[in-house]
Amino acid sequence: MTALVIRGGQLIDPAAGVDAVKDIFLKDGRVVEIAGPGKLKQTNGAEVLDAKGLVVAPGLIDMHVHLREPGQGYKETIASGTAAAAAGGFTCVAAMPNTVPVNDSVETTRWMLAPERGAAIRVFPIAAATRGSKGEAINDFAALKSAGAVAISDDGRPILKDGVMRETLAAAARVGLCVIQHAEDTRLTQGASMNLGPASFKLGLRGMSAESESSIVERDIRLVTELREVRAHLHVAHTSTAAALAAVRQARRSGMRVTCEVAPHHFLLTEEHVGLYDTHAKMCPPLRSAADRDALIEGILDGVVDAIATDHAPHAIHEKEVEFDNAPNGIIGLETALGLSLRWLHKEWRMPMGRVLSLLSAQPAALLGLKGRGTLAVGSFADVVVFDPKAEWTYRAAEGKSKSRNTPFDGWTMQGKVRWTISEGRVAYNSIS
Amino acid sequence: MDGLSRVLSRATALEQQNPLERMRILAKRRVALLFYESSTRTRTSFELAAKGLGADTTLVSSLSSSIEKGESLKDTGLTLRALGAEAIILRHNSSGSAWLLEQETRLPVLNAGDGMHEHPTQALLDLRTMLAHLRPGIEGANTETLAGVTVTIVGDILHSRVARSNMLLLPRLGAKVILCGPPALLPELAAAAGPGIAIERELEAALAQSQVVMMLRIQAERLAGLQVDLEEYKTRYQLNEERLAAHAPKALVLHPGPIIRGLELTAQVADGPQSAILEQVRNGVAIRMAVVERALQADEQGGRA
Repeated sequence: MTALVIRGGQLIDPAAGVDAVKDIFLKDGRVVEIAGPGKLKQTNGAEVLDAKGLVVAPGLIDMHVHLREPGQGYKETIASGTAAAAAGGFTCVAAMPNTVPVNDSVETTRWMLAPERGAAIRVFPIAAATRGSKGEAINDFAALKSAGAVAISDDGRPILKDGVMRETLAAAARVGLCVIQHAEDTRLTQGASMNLGPASFKLGLRGMSAESESSIVERDIRLVTELREVRAHLHVAHTSTAAALAAVRQARRSGMRVTCEVAPHHFLLTEEHVGLYDTHAKMCPPLRSAADRDALIEGILDGVVDAIATDHAPHAIHEKEVEFDNAPNGIIGLETALGLSLRWLHKEWRMPMGRVLSLLSAQPAALLGLKGRGTLAVGSFADVVVFDPKAEWTYRAAEGKSKSRNTPFDGWTMQGKVRWTISEGRVAYNSIS
Repeated sequence: MDGLSRVLSRATALEQQNPLERMRILAKRRVALLFYESSTRTRTSFELAAKGLGADTTLVSSLSSSIEKGESLKDTGLTLRALGAEAIILRHNSSGSAWLLEQETRLPVLNAGDGMHEHPTQALLDLRTMLAHLRPGIEGANTETLAGVTVTIVGDILHSRVARSNMLLLPRLGAKVILCGPPALLPELAAAAGPGIAIERELEAALAQSQVVMMLRIQAERLAGLQVDLEEYKTRYQLNEERLAAHAPKALVLHPGPIIRGLELTAQVADGPQSAILEQVRNGVAIRMAVVERALQADEQGGRA
């Protein structure tokens, strides 16, 4: 194992309460020593990375990505998706199970984790809640957890039956996993392709109401309340409406273990970005109203939002070059999450950088129970992102590492340029090489 | 507005022109009709319009082409362009498809109805029909042309591209548009689609204010599971002789077709003296001659207004 010294950077480790210039010594995949500039005791033979003027932070963690393997390697592979993640400063991604086949088995979970997949950083599979994500028969969560699954979800196929969701929450709680729900009452969203509102009416597109999201969140919170004894943990994926966020806020006040994530596109864009049928503005949940967007920003700033997650959803060009209602949902996001979060949450809306980074590392690590991640305290995994916090740059999707190009952020100005991403002590991304 | 006036005046000029002379305007130019949905009026009148100007037309419909084999709209469009099509007239079940086809082919695309979005030539022929009755002799259009005129559109507004095109066009000429129908077929947010649009749930109240009443068919093919009680619908919204005589005895009755007699309107109203339904169909050919001419001539000049 190589040893690395990261010298002279501004170490921002919100979980450890550190924000100071430090030298860091990494060895055998772990953080071995942290000291003031020039004060490291042991650096014997280590390669030195000069981080002067740069921020050194715990590697970012995206708890919601679609890596498309197994089954849809033409959109993305575990290798290409994790390369994109590393370029975006991520050292850990949690991969949703809506692959082909659905990841509802120990075999598929292990297949995803095999070294042959060529992952550039750590992949943590999320296992399907139900067999084939059909919302009927519950999987063996204990077995899936021991194979490596870190959470349970039927993402994209919300669990509608109350009894099945209750059983899922209870069974996941017994093995200490959270249940991530894609909150959408699909009985209310048949054929819908954007937010329900004046824009959808004008464009002649069927709309998804805010209620189709919030009603499921409210139902799930009722179930968590009923399961108070077992401390069931509900995590609301890609929260998009003011109503759903309000429900989460209320549940938290009542002491329920209910958490949520927000995607950058939901706190930055609105239904107006659909424009003239731009399929790069088509995702599920859809871009919502300006009032919803504002509520999400408020929720991020005041702390009710627990994590920023991208919902990285690659699709091939030909799949998005079609009629709006026929286009698949989703956009890529791994290479823009940090740049957008710093540009908007930090620079524009004045959120302290440490808090922004926490939403992208320490907090998702805690939600998924990833021990030794999301912090650079001595003994932790040597998962590090080193970036220039002041650099402004223009994102070009065509130059990205993802196999796909489906993003509405092509040409947007980003702030914070990743210099190195280090995964368990190895340089997984180097902006100069 | 200039473009609109020009289309209206060209429609009249072309209609009155000697057919043999007219044939020279677009002689041997190639126009493709690409139809993903069934159509009688729109397809036939576009075809007659293009042929009336001397163009060669070819019809591609989704049921007898490679579209059935899974060819995308983009590839179908590029194929038509490679075959020499200089403009494409598109009817499609997806909203925004005309925009997509134009982006992908860079050809002039005439929207002959895209999903629930728009049906611009229908609104133009509706306008021509209204002007003939309410503003005889006037061919130009400005922001005052329909000042003082109220047009009520009744029925399945939610799924209607005809309603959307009309509710966006008519207020630009000074008309007031009233939308009338049950909440399931007419959401409140429809009133926010543009200026000059109001909602009235009572048909009688709407009729009493209207100089024009446009009836729409319930689009069974687009209801997507929505349940509509047809008997209740007829009770409240059917245009019958009694209602018309009592509340709008002078109003012009329009319908984009196809009409379902006995549902949204009765046979007596459809065939009655206030009905201009067949006149609308006739106006379709004139309007479509004007827009096909405009698309191909502007294309020659390397751009369109």
